[in-house]
Amino acid sequence: MDLSAINPVLLVASLMVAATPLLLAAIGELVVEKAGVLNLGVEGMMITGAICGFAISVETGSPWLGFIAAAIGGAILSLLFVLMTQVALANQVASGLALTLFGLGLSALMGQSYVGIKPPAMGRLDLPVLSDLPVVGPILFSHDPILYLGILLTAGVWWVLKYSRAGLILRAVGENHDAAHALGYKVIRIRILAIMFGGACAGLGGAYISLIRVPQWTEGMTAGVGWIALALVVFASWKPWRALLGAYLFGGVTVVQLNLQAAGVAIPVEYLAMSPYLITILVLVILSADKSGAPAALGRSFHASH
Amino acid sequence: MIVLEKRPQPSRAWSLATPLVAVLATMFFGGLLFAALGKNPVEAIGTIFWEPLFGEYSFYYRPQLLVKGAPLVLIAIGLSLGFRAGIWNIGAEGQYIMGAIVGAGVGLAFYPMEAFYVFPLMVIAGALGGWAWAMVPAFLKVRFGTNEILVSLMMVYVAEQLLASMSLGLLKNPEGFGFPGSRNLQSYASAHNAELIEGSGMHWGVVAALIAVIFAYVLLNRHMTGFHIRLTGEAPRAARFAGVKPARLILFCLGVSGALAGLAGMFEVSGPSGQVSIDFNVGYGFTAIIVAFLGRLHPVGILLAGGLMALTYIGGEIAQGSLGLPAAAIQVFQGMLLFFLLALDLLTNYRIRAARKEVA
Amino acid sequence: MKFTSLLASAAMALGLATGAMADDKTKVGFVYVGPVGDGGWTYEHDKGRQAVEAEFGDKVETVFVESVPEGPDAERVMTQMALEGADLIFTTSFGYMDPTINVAKKFPKVKFEHATGYKQAENVSVYSARFYEGRAVQGTIAGRMTKSNIVGYIGSYPIPEVIRGINSAFIHARKVNPDVQFKIVWAYTWFDPAKEADAAKVLIEQGADVILQHTDSTAPQAAAQAAGNVITFGQASDMSEYAPMPRVSSIIDNWAPYYIARTKAVMDGTWTSVSTWDGIGAGMVGIGEISDAVPADVKAEALTLKDALANGSYHAFTGPLKKQDGSDWLAAGETADDGTLAGMNFYVEGIEGDIPN
Repeated sequence: MDLSAINPVLLVASLMVAATPLLLAAIGELVVEKAGVLNLGVEGMMITGAICGFAISVETGSPWLGFIAAAIGGAILSLLFVLMTQVALANQVASGLALTLFGLGLSALMGQSYVGIKPPAMGRLDLPVLSDLPVVGPILFSHDPILYLGILLTAGVWWVLKYSRAGLILRAVGENHDAAHALGYKVIRIRILAIMFGGACAGLGGAYISLIRVPQWTEGMTAGVGWIALALVVFASWKPWRALLGAYLFGGVTVVQLNLQAAGVAIPVEYLAMSPYLITILVLVILSADKSGAPAALGRSFHASH
Repeated sequence: MIVLEKRPQPSRAWSLATPLVAVLATMFFGGLLFAALGKNPVEAIGTIFWEPLFGEYSFYYRPQLLVKGAPLVLIAIGLSLGFRAGIWNIGAEGQYIMGAIVGAGVGLAFYPMEAFYVFPLMVIAGALGGWAWAMVPAFLKVRFGTNEILVSLMMVYVAEQLLASMSLGLLKNPEGFGFPGSRNLQSYASAHNAELIEGSGMHWGVVAALIAVIFAYVLLNRHMTGFHIRLTGEAPRAARFAGVKPARLILFCLGVSGALAGLAGMFEVSGPSGQVSIDFNVGYGFTAIIVAFLGRLHPVGILLAGGLMALTYIGGEIAQGSLGLPAAAIQVFQGMLLFFLLALDLLTNYRIRAARKEVA
Repeated sequence: MKFTSLLASAAMALGLATGAMADDKTKVGFVYVGPVGDGGWTYEHDKGRQAVEAEFGDKVETVFVESVPEGPDAERVMTQMALEGADLIFTTSFGYMDPTINVAKKFPKVKFEHATGYKQAENVSVYSARFYEGRAVQGTIAGRMTKSNIVGYIGSYPIPEVIRGINSAFIHARKVNPDVQFKIVWAYTWFDPAKEADAAKVLIEQGADVILQHTDSTAPQAAAQAAGNVITFGQASDMSEYAPMPRVSSIIDNWAPYYIARTKAVMDGTWTSVSTWDGIGAGMVGIGEISDAVPADVKAEALTLKDALANGSYHAFTGPLKKQDGSDWLAAGETADDGTLAGMNFYVEGIEGDIPN
């Protein structure tokens, strides 16, 4: 057992990379849930984004176009959810699950000709002096652009929700959609926009996995990360900065357990592999005391009955 | 302008017709999908729906429908009770795994002794294993208000790791040359969940599924708890006034669905599957959620929906082998089925009307 | 009448009927555990299938089903193939073992070939490849080329096959470099690019400059490429798109010669149940082209070792060797027998850490 083999600086840098897909998906879902909609289809939207991003990236040779395509792909898939829950007023839980199943199957179909292909690489930030600084360099200044986008998105969502009128309206819709409707706000329209935003973010998160983190395409490659993003939103009590913290925590546990294994720590591997999920449960329990954040109208269909 | 007008009462006619229309719509759009993939749509749809029931080798496939459908129905029945009350057990897959591990573990503990009580003990153990696993989200929800969707889901991943651990460690076959996986229960007569009538596909799991359907029907329509479940789902405030204790309901619903999922796992591991191995679980816990909704959370509906899902699985496999249809196409097909059903369900509760735009 | 005998007689009647009609085509079925596009295990089996088609042309018809889960689904797929007239069925995963035996009992006229298993029957053969011979070559190159003396190993599951590979690689790395150390991470999957990428990155961060893997994706190669100065080896497939760096060589599963031979045996009527465990010599284990990133003397050493393994003059597990706990295993000059190798559940001396469970 050689714990000194673990390099804390590289560890932190790795966990930021591992956390980014989670963060992107969670921020999107946070906005959706703040508007009062529970979209369980995050996994389906993420993997659709993963294949869209991968395919376009390979076809055009540009990872940036790939990411844009991923966002669009995720948003388009979320339109199915919109159709089900906002137009057809179907049960949100079931619709989200159907979306996940559909997304997994659709992405596998689309991805059949892309297995085993190497995607074009996205450059990493390499600032002349800053990136070479001993500790701060790898942690803060040497990542790919999308990671920084994730952090910017978190900040943006926080600011919009807290300080802007649009954010206020969104939150109102999520708290009491009947009252918001009575005040003249277009509940359905706002929710549709929120759902599409969530889909776009999930798509970005998925594409991060297939274009940067791995980078490769395989069917089912998101491997449950969408579900963890959902847990993250609850863990974060619907507050954006807490979502960032949660994403790093979860990404951290995953990376740490691999490091511990490689360093020869004597804890059986399966228990190490279980740890991220057990810790998530623990944190969920601790934080569920703080129910202040859950939007009151979460999960309920809105229909303006005359 | 098209308006959606809420019906005073859900339409009976539509609630019976919706599944049918959904299947037809899926067949049509599924056919389009298959055509886009370069396969003959009529042949593909025929292979999926007709072959297993009436085709050349249907004498083999029809019993397989029972084998594939039984765990789905058993788990879905349990889930439907909770879903009706707004209690979302998404972790049935984990409870299924635990039921299999505990049930097989008890059985293997008796090896090589042959006795009539081994199998019944395994059944009890399997149910207990699944029940206990479901009690984790149940307890956390009752005591701390933690979201049961997420906890039960996380427990699935934990269960999968435990399965790997058991296959490689405690339950590993000592005579297996170091390979992972437990002893094969199909060769241990006292523990084997054999077909009751040879070749019919009917094993104890099928029987259990049918009993569960009857049990759920009686519970929901004749028993106070069933009334409470339905009330909580349809009118939560009325339920509170009526004195329904939410904690009791949560423990009951999650407990029953956990136990049934555990039973399904145990019947599967001692029967069609045969051994506890790393890849033992194939997603029945999640498919059962779809079956529950396809069956509109009604026991008889679930029975039919389980059969339908099993048909698409088995027909899909045949189509893969004889038509070269990719496995992913079948997944898309099943997702479409659920989509159409959920969307068409609208017509049961709402009427589509063309109305004039109201003038102030 | 018992159903199994009903089934068997129905199958036989069918077989006779179709036999009378179209006896010239031999139908060969393939059951795959993963997608044919995985670029690794299943991809290579499918290449074997394509080789059979290419070799026999019109005289043979092949069918395959991919991503078949182990258990009752596999049994169903095999039964389906048998019902539809397959003469020979290849089941390409260890977990298909019991289903293969079950279905073989119901269809005594159909021949089955089970990969990496150990249960045989009159109409069931088993076959596997001596991948550990390839690991010996990899270990030699790794030991010579590592500068940090840390070699990272991504293991899949702690089963005998993987342990054999680790041991073989370690023995030969130590032979050329007594200071080398192995760091082993267990991914608990055969194919999961995300997990493999994470595992590779962690190993690299902990100082490894060589990555060996028993998992099937190219993710570790990509991670090594991003890190720079880390060498890797292709697994199951050549993975030559990552040559000359980081992939310096590879182990290639080459099932074509075996598949062609077995199909021919069925066609000639000479098929019998055998247990085959072939290595480099028989062509089942291919060593990928050693790239120019490897110094010429190391390349020569590796190739000499490869030839010795191929012609049988050297066995990868030759004593003196001790087990990890210090007890004696092989005396000087003694070679390991197949039985011990098949059930290998111990590390050799010098490897740190325990085998999980």
